[in-house]
Amino acid sequence: MNPAVSTGDPLLNMLVFSAFIVLAFLLVLRVRRRSSAARDYYTGGSGFTGPENGLALSGDFLSAATFLGIVGAVAVAGPDGFVYAVVAFVAWLVALFFVAELLRNTGRYTMADVLGHRLRRRPVRAAAATSAVVISTLYLLGQLAGAGGLLALLLDITDRAGQSAMIAAVGAVVIGYVLIGGMSGATWIQIVKACLLLATGLAMAAFVLGTSGLSLPALISAAVENHPRGEAMLAPGLLYGGGLTANLDLVSLAVGGVLGVAGLPHILMRFYTVPDARQARRSVVWAIWLIGGFFLLVLVIGYGATALVGPETILAAPGGVNSAAPLLALEIGGPVMLALVSAVAFATIVAVVAGLMIAASAAFAHDVYAQLLRNGRATAAEEVRVARRTTVVIGIVGIAGGILANGQNIAFLAALTFAMAASANLPTLLYSLFWKRFTTTGAVWSIYGGLTVTLGLIVFSPAVSGSPTSMLPDVDFAWFPLSNPGLVSVPAGFLLGYLGSVLGRERPDEAGFAQMSVRALTGAGQQRPVPGDPSAPAAPSPEPSGPAPSSSAPYPADPDTPGPPSSAPFPPARTGAHRAPPAVHTPHGAPPRAHPATGTAPWPGPSGTRRPAGGATTRPPAREPQLRLGRDRRGRPGTDAHGPQHHRRTDG
Amino acid sequence: MAARSPEFAELRSRHRRFLLPATVGFLAWFFAFIGLNAWAPELLGTRVIGDMTLVLLLAVGQFVSTFAITAAYLRYAGRRLDPLADEIRDRLEGGHR
Repeated sequence: MNPAVSTGDPLLNMLVFSAFIVLAFLLVLRVRRRSSAARDYYTGGSGFTGPENGLALSGDFLSAATFLGIVGAVAVAGPDGFVYAVVAFVAWLVALFFVAELLRNTGRYTMADVLGHRLRRRPVRAAAATSAVVISTLYLLGQLAGAGGLLALLLDITDRAGQSAMIAAVGAVVIGYVLIGGMSGATWIQIVKACLLLATGLAMAAFVLGTSGLSLPALISAAVENHPRGEAMLAPGLLYGGGLTANLDLVSLAVGGVLGVAGLPHILMRFYTVPDARQARRSVVWAIWLIGGFFLLVLVIGYGATALVGPETILAAPGGVNSAAPLLALEIGGPVMLALVSAVAFATIVAVVAGLMIAASAAFAHDVYAQLLRNGRATAAEEVRVARRTTVVIGIVGIAGGILANGQNIAFLAALTFAMAASANLPTLLYSLFWKRFTTTGAVWSIYGGLTVTLGLIVFSPAVSGSPTSMLPDVDFAWFPLSNPGLVSVPAGFLLGYLGSVLGRERPDEAGFAQMSVRALTGAGQQRPVPGDPSAPAAPSPEPSGPAPSSSAPYPADPDTPGPPSSAPFPPARTGAHRAPPAVHTPHGAPPRAHPATGTAPWPGPSGTRRPAGGATTRPPAREPQLRLGRDRRGRPGTDAHGPQHHRRTDG
Repeated sequence: MAARSPEFAELRSRHRRFLLPATVGFLAWFFAFIGLNAWAPELLGTRVIGDMTLVLLLAVGQFVSTFAITAAYLRYAGRRLDPLADEIRDRLEGGHR
């Protein structure tokens, strides 16, 4: 055991962890939503603001591996260590441009909701759910396994049984948070964690810069002096690159990383916690500022660790590169600072694991159970019950996997999950949003094919076997030369989506595509926030009819609105389904904030009466029951079993 | 179909007019950075300010460009996309909001 780390006080760290666990528990209790509506469990009632969700996105995204790992990589390898941060940061532009708003406008809880607009729902739902569960569970397993090593470092636990117990304890605590608090609880934990992380980063970076007279070049010079490779650490090459294979591996990492972030299920799901696409956009913009700022701090902290601790000490410490940030904290602030950094690292694990558990359980409970097994006939309470059970099962699987993988070299898990997201989820999302001729066959080929190709390439890569740094160094079945599969698997995912659409016998649903494009770009048919109705309980039972919510406040209609019947954005038949008698079950409860007018096409048919004539200002109360039904939004993608599209497609 | 209305065609073309060049631009700049890292490490090791090397400046440049593109998109969307999108949506939803 390295003496430098042992001087950190494990007891103090344990105390800080316990304090965090208790405080987070109180927080979760405070913010939880008591209703059993699926909407609350999955998305916290979609009531978060853009800035809040931006913080939560950063909290969900900045894992312990990104914080401790990148600081350590910069400390040991200089600019090469920072490449990962550049990749992970630029990736957010993809999320901003192509995913956040379009996804929010077309979906409800999961990616499958989006695909269901224009593709046959059952197969794409099964495929998208498989992808989400696989990616989230693998990511979860990596996080929990990493937690073992991290806690071993911070609490000075060296024996395997102790580490396994710690992994199980962390997993159990997070399962508890998720069961109690659902998405609201997870989001607030992520927000708190992001604030803690940013504050700690700021403090450490400020201190480090202070030691070099606030001059970055001076800090770098100090780092060079303290680095065994000296000036070699100023140029790229210590971590990546060299021969052609190594260079291609770096490019492959970049491809998988830059396209993967926007396809990670737990990131996608965060876009549904805000009321509309504008807030989704704001949240990504906030996330970009926060994550970018944090990575720049990480760069400073990393060089600080080189200058003040030294790569040799870092590599000799129990946690290897991951110990760079804790060691630097000990160096600059003593055991108390170390305890703080440890608490932040711990909070990071908790927050990320919570987000992953929700994403995986939502994919199973919403897509597989409610829509596929129960054909959309599960009640909200049943769906949430299954989501909670799934959380427990996935948590236990993650804990077991984490314990087994603890101590193994599972660095490839990060590359694997990002590449899977980039190869299976992103092509399907982009095609379904932008390509008219995309079909269900294409989506299914792309998702399953992307997952399989990525997994296959990783299994037969040097990351798993055949090299000293592999998970299984003693055997060699590696025939794929790159440790990062993205360079091959991402084009494969896109190609399979194309081939499936072109070669399959299915005809593309161009009307569905047209309707979906309008919806994706304008948000038509999507619920709107209702100011003054911030946290109304999602009650499936009829609400007392009052004045129309304020979003329907006087707003003279454009008298020139042509409103030709053929321009109805949603098939009239589906509209009819919305207006079924109130006795019809409401699978997801009535979203409290739905815009009363949405989900129901204004023309043609009886809805024509809803058009305010000649600048009418308020609606007569007689419409109230219809409005309520409209707010149920039964034509939304979440309610598969009924849409006329569904019938039309199965008939044809 | 609403999708064939001239307003929506205009919205879609405005959307693409920004996103396509911006995406091509940031991806090209990003992969240029990665490519230089892989194939021109000596060039990137050139000192610029003291011990600050070119690679660090380019890496920070990726951050600066990402911030700039984000700000530009926010501005463009607020001016050119959102008003038109709201107009189309209001029309589709029956003229009231």
